[in-house]
Amino acid sequence: MVTNSQHISQQFENELEDIRSRVLAMGGLVEQQVNNALEALMTGDNELAREVMALDEDVNDLEITIDEECIQIIALRQPTAGDLRLVAGILKTITDLERIGDESVSIAKMALNLSEKDRPKKNYRELQTLGNHVRGMLRDALDAFARFDVDQAMQVAREDQAVDSEYETIIRQLITYMMEDPRAVTRVIDMMWSARSLERIGDHAHNICEHIIYLVEGKDVRHLSIEHMEQLLDRKI
Amino acid sequence: MNANRQQTMTAARTIDIESMGRGPKLNMANETVCLQVKDFNLFYGQQQALHNINMSIAKNRVTAFIGPSGCGKSTLLRCFNRMNDLIDSVNIQGEMLLDGKELNAPSVNVADLRRQVGMVFQKPNPFPKSIYENVAYGLRLQGVNDRATLDKVVEKSLKGAALWDEVKDRLHESAMGMSGGQQQRLVIARAIAIEPEVLLLDEPASALDPLSTLKIEELIYELKHKYTIVIVTHNMQQAARVSDYTAFMYMGELIEFGATDELFTNPSKKQTEDYITGRYG
Repeated sequence: MVTNSQHISQQFENELEDIRSRVLAMGGLVEQQVNNALEALMTGDNELAREVMALDEDVNDLEITIDEECIQIIALRQPTAGDLRLVAGILKTITDLERIGDESVSIAKMALNLSEKDRPKKNYRELQTLGNHVRGMLRDALDAFARFDVDQAMQVAREDQAVDSEYETIIRQLITYMMEDPRAVTRVIDMMWSARSLERIGDHAHNICEHIIYLVEGKDVRHLSIEHMEQLLDRKI
Repeated sequence: MNANRQQTMTAARTIDIESMGRGPKLNMANETVCLQVKDFNLFYGQQQALHNINMSIAKNRVTAFIGPSGCGKSTLLRCFNRMNDLIDSVNIQGEMLLDGKELNAPSVNVADLRRQVGMVFQKPNPFPKSIYENVAYGLRLQGVNDRATLDKVVEKSLKGAALWDEVKDRLHESAMGMSGGQQQRLVIARAIAIEPEVLLLDEPASALDPLSTLKIEELIYELKHKYTIVIVTHNMQQAARVSDYTAFMYMGELIEFGATDELFTNPSKKQTEDYITGRYG
């Protein structure tokens, strides 16, 4: 249960509000990284790919700042109940956000590699679809965090299953390409790595949603199937 | 070296994950009930201080009462050894059972009850006597004067209160010369010398420094193996640390009662959440 009433200590109230809004800021940066990395992959825009890498420093700095603030709050305020779950949830969420940033950097690197090779345009279409899907998951996960919306978080968790099967399909397709034309192997491997990174971003978005469910409901839904999650939360999507 | 490593790895593989956790979650349904309160109301004159309290206190567990000032937690605690008998204007309704027997029944001898249900207060209140005599006092009241028996009980009680090593060389000095934390542990030693069944602690550490507080908390942890402990505290972190069950009271009502780790991480009532997180109600 997260309550709306204010803390008696306004200072504490501000500190919690502060880490919350910083997580959202960090989420915004990471979202931008993912968008740019995808765009760079699709269009071969090297400038954009380098921007993704530059942005990663800001993301890392924010991770460290938020981390420190959370530790400070635990040490000085000894948060309990909903406050404790918020701080613990945030500590975990920023780890996943930072990893998403790292995955975008990997995609940006692949984009740089690929931009030097011939670009058979239609081959990237599947990556585009997977990318859009994952981008949507991340956006919804951040939305769910901003509004502490458990239903939306559940929705994202469900999406992850679709992303996983899309990923499988892409890998099978890429293997076919390699068999058809061995000269394409280096290029296709880079694409495979990109697909892998996208799939991982989906997993991290899924994790973030589990943290949201924990911090709102106090229920640990990690490592559970969707059906199990629904049962535990007593709601159907 | 290699063999050592091999051994460590084998050991690591056989670690039982279950045993690494904190054991099964506490559940009131699996406990032996020591004290039971049923539909209990208490009035100070016209003023109702406790409203329809229903709760069970588990044997050999620590139960903490938390809540803002004036919520009735001390009043309820004092009912368990009939301290409220001393106040004329107090009227009670409902049942309060110790091991299934009504403790407010006319047939109950209050002195006997208080021997079974000991109490320690916020301010340490040793008698202006020697350390030894403080602990032996309860037994002497019961007519025990045999030196050897007294020696044994004094040592055992002081050890039980984690005070023996600090005072064994000055048992016959005045208790008034001890530090506040030591005095509080002495009072606990005095309370356990007569081997009560239940120990009521009313803010036992609120007048102590952090180190003495930790010693008292450590002591509570040790004592619960032998006694049922009920503690009233304003220090919520303390309640969270020492207790197995926590009751949150507000305006004379029992709002929420449950296993402490659940209550402090995921309380089910909004009022509880607001209080323990320090919010406006």
